[in-house]
Amino acid sequence: MDLSAINPVLLIASLMVAATPILIAAIGELVVEKSGVLNLGVEGMMITGAIAGFATAVETGSPLIGFLAAAVAGAALSVLFGFLTLVAQANQVASGLALTLFGLGLSALMGQSYVGVKPPQMSDIHIPVLSDLPVIGPILFGHDIILYFGIALTAAVWALLKFSRAGLVLRAVGENHDAAHALGYKVIRIRLMAIMFGGACAGIGGAYISLIRVPQWTEGMTAGVGWIALALVVFASWKPWRALLGAYLFGGVTVVQLNLQAAGVAIPVEYLAMSPYVITIIVLVILSADKSSAPAALGRNFHASR
Amino acid sequence: MKLTNLLTSAAVALGLATGAALAEDKTKVGFVYVGPVGDGGWTYEHDQGRKAVVAEFGDKVETVYVENVAEGPDAERVMTQMALEGADLIFTTSFGYMDPTINVAKKFPNVKFEHATGYKRADNVSTYSARFYEGRAVQGHIAGHMTESNIIGYIGSYPIPEVIRGINSAYLHAKKVNPDVQFKIVWAFTWFDPAKEADAAKVLIEQGADVILQHTDSTAPQAAAQAAGNVITFGQASDMAEYGPKPRVSSIIDNWAPYYIARTKAVIDGTWTSSDTWDGIGAGMVGIGEISDAVPADVKASALELKAALADGSYHAFTGPIKKQDGSDWLAEGETADDGTLAGMNFYVEGLEGDIPQ
Repeated sequence: MDLSAINPVLLIASLMVAATPILIAAIGELVVEKSGVLNLGVEGMMITGAIAGFATAVETGSPLIGFLAAAVAGAALSVLFGFLTLVAQANQVASGLALTLFGLGLSALMGQSYVGVKPPQMSDIHIPVLSDLPVIGPILFGHDIILYFGIALTAAVWALLKFSRAGLVLRAVGENHDAAHALGYKVIRIRLMAIMFGGACAGIGGAYISLIRVPQWTEGMTAGVGWIALALVVFASWKPWRALLGAYLFGGVTVVQLNLQAAGVAIPVEYLAMSPYVITIIVLVILSADKSSAPAALGRNFHASR
Repeated sequence: MKLTNLLTSAAVALGLATGAALAEDKTKVGFVYVGPVGDGGWTYEHDQGRKAVVAEFGDKVETVYVENVAEGPDAERVMTQMALEGADLIFTTSFGYMDPTINVAKKFPNVKFEHATGYKRADNVSTYSARFYEGRAVQGHIAGHMTESNIIGYIGSYPIPEVIRGINSAYLHAKKVNPDVQFKIVWAFTWFDPAKEADAAKVLIEQGADVILQHTDSTAPQAAAQAAGNVITFGQASDMAEYGPKPRVSSIIDNWAPYYIARTKAVIDGTWTSSDTWDGIGAGMVGIGEISDAVPADVKASALELKAALADGSYHAFTGPIKKQDGSDWLAEGETADDGTLAGMNFYVEGLEGDIPQ
């Protein structure tokens, strides 16, 4: 065993990378659920975003345009869900599951000709003085721009939900759609916008995997990250900062277990492999002891005539 | 009830098989793949073998394949379906398909099965594998010469004899040219998961490895090595030449085409019998991809010498004296390992650190 081989600075830097796709997808889903809609299609929107972003980045040579395309693709797929549940009054759980299956199939089809292709590289931001600082430099100032986007998004969503009028309206729709409707708010429109925001976030999260974390396209490469993001929202009690904590915890334990293996720690590998799931769940279950903030209308369909 | 179902489906399958054979006079060959055909590694090479069969026999054969088949009940369903649809010969191309292959073969005695890298056989089940450890000896030789940090990272898939053999072979030959070399091994518990493979490669690089060997199938470790800069890798199963001349400096290539053609021909001619094939560099089943210019000329020359010696049989990759990890004797001076021990290898050789997951 040689624990000194593990460099804590590099470890923190790489756990942030591992956590970013989960974080961005979870923040998107958090907004969706705050509006009272349960969209289980995160995995499907992520994988669609992963291939749409990858293909666009390869064709245009620009990773940033790729991320934009991923957001559009995720949002477009989520509109399908919005139509089914908001207009056609379909069951949200079933529609979400269908969306995941549809997304997995669609992405496999779209990705046929992109297997084995190398995407354009997304360079890390390099700020002259700050990036060269010891310890803090690599952790805080040496990443790609999407990683900072994820953190900024968390802060923005938190501030929006907590302090702004728009956030208040969104929460009102999620708590009691009939009351919000009676007050004259357009429930359907607000929910559709929330769903599209969630889809765009999931798409960006997926593209982060195919463009930065791996970077490569293969079928099913999101490998359950969307489901983890979904679970994270519930365990985080619909609070953005807790979602960030959970994502970093999950990413962190994932990276730590690989580090421990490489350092030759004598814990059976199977325990190490399941540790990210177990530890994240335990910590978030403890944190989620307060049940205060589950949106009351979560999962219930709205129709103005009722 | 279950038994009648079984008998009915078997009868239907037989009817279909003979019916199809009489009607079209085509030999139908099925392939079950564990990854996508575009993985650029293991499955890609099996599919190249399938294409070679098509090219060789043209209209006389019909091939079908199913990709991304999970090891387990799914595999059994896919094989059963293929047999029901009249396949005469089915190649099942992953270690984890071993028990499903045997199970399905029992239900379809007239269908021939070929299982890659397994050790269970039956009257209608052959096994075949390649001596990848010979290729890994060459890689280990190059790796030992090339490492400057003396730390070599190894991404293992599952702790099965095939993978353990590869680790031992690479380690022995790296150690031979560089006594200070140390192996860091990470088990991914997957054959193909680019995100996990990329993370594993990054972790190994962060812990000081400047050479990454992998026994997983995607090119994600190559991409991670390229991003890290001064790290070299080897192509696994396929050439992965798009990452040359660096980080990919050489590769082990699986070449299944001659075997697939020969076995298909045996079925067409009616001479197929259950057999166990294990060929290496000599027979061409294992190829060494071009050693790139990133490797110094003298190292390249000695690596090619080693390859030639392995090919003509003048040198065996496991030649004593070799001790096991616990210090007990395994092979005496000049003694070579027998195939039985190699096939069931479940121990590290002396010098490797860590435990094999049980």
